[in-house]
Amino acid sequence: MGIVKTEDLVYEYIRRDEEGNVEGITTAVDRVSLDIAPGEFIAILGHNGSGKSTLAKHMNAILNPTEGTVWVDGMDSSEDEHIWEIRQTAGMVFQNPDNQIIGQVVEEDVGFGPENMGIPTEEIWQRVEESLKAVGMYEYRKHSPNKLSGGQKQRVSIAGVLAMHPKCIVLDEPTAMLDPKGRKEVIRAARALNQVENITVILITHYMEETIYADRIFIMDEGKIALEGTPREIFSQVERLKDLRLDVPQATLLSHELRKKGIELPEGILTAQELADALAEYAGISGGPGRNAKKR
Amino acid sequence: MSIILDHVNYIYGGDTPLAVKALDDICLQIPDGEFVGIIGHTGSGKSTLVQHLNGLLKATSGHIYFNGEDIYDKDYDMKKLRSRVGLVFQYPEHQLFEIDVFTDVCFGPKNLGLDKKETELRAFDALQKVGLPSELYYQSPFELSGGQKRRVAIAGVLAMEPEVLVLDEPTAGLDPKGREEILHQIKALQTQTGMTILLVSHSMEDVAEYVDRIIVMNRGSVLYDDEPRKVFAHYKELESVGLAAPQVTYILHELKNRGLPVDVNATTIEEAAGTVMKALGRHSGNNMRE
Repeated sequence: MGIVKTEDLVYEYIRRDEEGNVEGITTAVDRVSLDIAPGEFIAILGHNGSGKSTLAKHMNAILNPTEGTVWVDGMDSSEDEHIWEIRQTAGMVFQNPDNQIIGQVVEEDVGFGPENMGIPTEEIWQRVEESLKAVGMYEYRKHSPNKLSGGQKQRVSIAGVLAMHPKCIVLDEPTAMLDPKGRKEVIRAARALNQVENITVILITHYMEETIYADRIFIMDEGKIALEGTPREIFSQVERLKDLRLDVPQATLLSHELRKKGIELPEGILTAQELADALAEYAGISGGPGRNAKKR
Repeated sequence: MSIILDHVNYIYGGDTPLAVKALDDICLQIPDGEFVGIIGHTGSGKSTLVQHLNGLLKATSGHIYFNGEDIYDKDYDMKKLRSRVGLVFQYPEHQLFEIDVFTDVCFGPKNLGLDKKETELRAFDALQKVGLPSELYYQSPFELSGGQKRRVAIAGVLAMEPEVLVLDEPTAGLDPKGREEILHQIKALQTQTGMTILLVSHSMEDVAEYVDRIIVMNRGSVLYDDEPRKVFAHYKELESVGLAAPQVTYILHELKNRGLPVDVNATTIEEAAGTVMKALGRHSGNNMRE
């Protein structure tokens, strides 16, 4: 069994009017079965209201399934005695950094989680140091969080989760409020955790280019998983993605447009590098000048 | 008729040791009907700048002229200015509060002192302008999707019939289709009504696609102020101040490095496809079909 596994997961909530009368039932997650292996980098895409955040909130027992089962590292999330262990196993980082930081000093904030777990003081400091180093924020350990940029705050939030030694981190649109540099920093930190620390990363995002390094992408629509595959498989389906209110990375879109104009390029190009390789080959300039010229 | 900022400075916490210069000698002119993008990293002064335009913040020194009148004049009507310069904040849907969509949009014009009929006409017109389906007008705003809520919030500002519309990250947190829909509506507003639009954004791709002119803020000053292709030609400098160019810029530079004679200053997918086709043709590669 994987680190996160769901079987026929259904989540319904009841809509009520002003007086509290039931108006109807919305099925936010509709019979989702998935199995995520330890160490995988998973991206979840989907339009607003497709159910991706609701699904994510089941992964650390913020929500409990209406029907079906969720196992986190083998523990059934509907059983109350597992709840704290599940939350330590799968940490969560949300969209707005300002809602997640409570400490007056960066290192205090990061130490909050392990302190609550009853970890001995000496080990807390050790964990704080490791976590801040892993996200590249160690030099800011004595700073006040409210003087940091958005990307830095999000990395402190990630360090706070990391200090609890989770096996899995769920990031729910961690870059939605950040500038380009902040987005890059956060994604770089998430990839490092995955590759260096071997932590399972589940990334929810609306930015397509952040998902091209994922092992697998799940696309949600109307509470169901509409598509699943590697980035290359997923982004080959430009028109299908547009129907799902999504998009593709710009390199993929440009290749798609060029293909429509009759340039024979392979499907599923994801990066500038790949597009340049394909076009160079097409134009017969693979050995041409500039190839070995300056590299960015 | 235009907005002119003349040597505007703004200092937070002046007279204290924590004083921070948030705006540093800003001089700008924004003519009527222009679609301007404002970009800059977090804390660069973008939001501080736009909050000066309707008098929410008052410059520590300098002058701001709206349609030729100094807004800091003693007898200048600030209330009127606020109805002429509409400001849509980040996550404006958090400010929705009324029982249904239509009542919420009526709130602004009602506060301007308009009669019921005029208020309702304006609300109706504003909701049409943002393209919200009419069956949603009498639903609770809290039951709408993120993109729909945001449109209601924008309609609430449009109903005051401003001459200038300032939007602070109107697409944050929306899915790609939602982003495109909102920006498309805003662009249509600009072309149809001649309204001046200022768009604060963190998405270089969105800015490149829609605006006529980009103002780049850095440390409280204007770093660049030019048309998109010229601004993004400075992509290395933009990176050093926490920004970036649209992804196409990087693709085109990569192609140029490989010896394909493309125009690296194209900023949209359409322009990029055009220059690549031209370059392939000019290159007369043996694979070309025609």
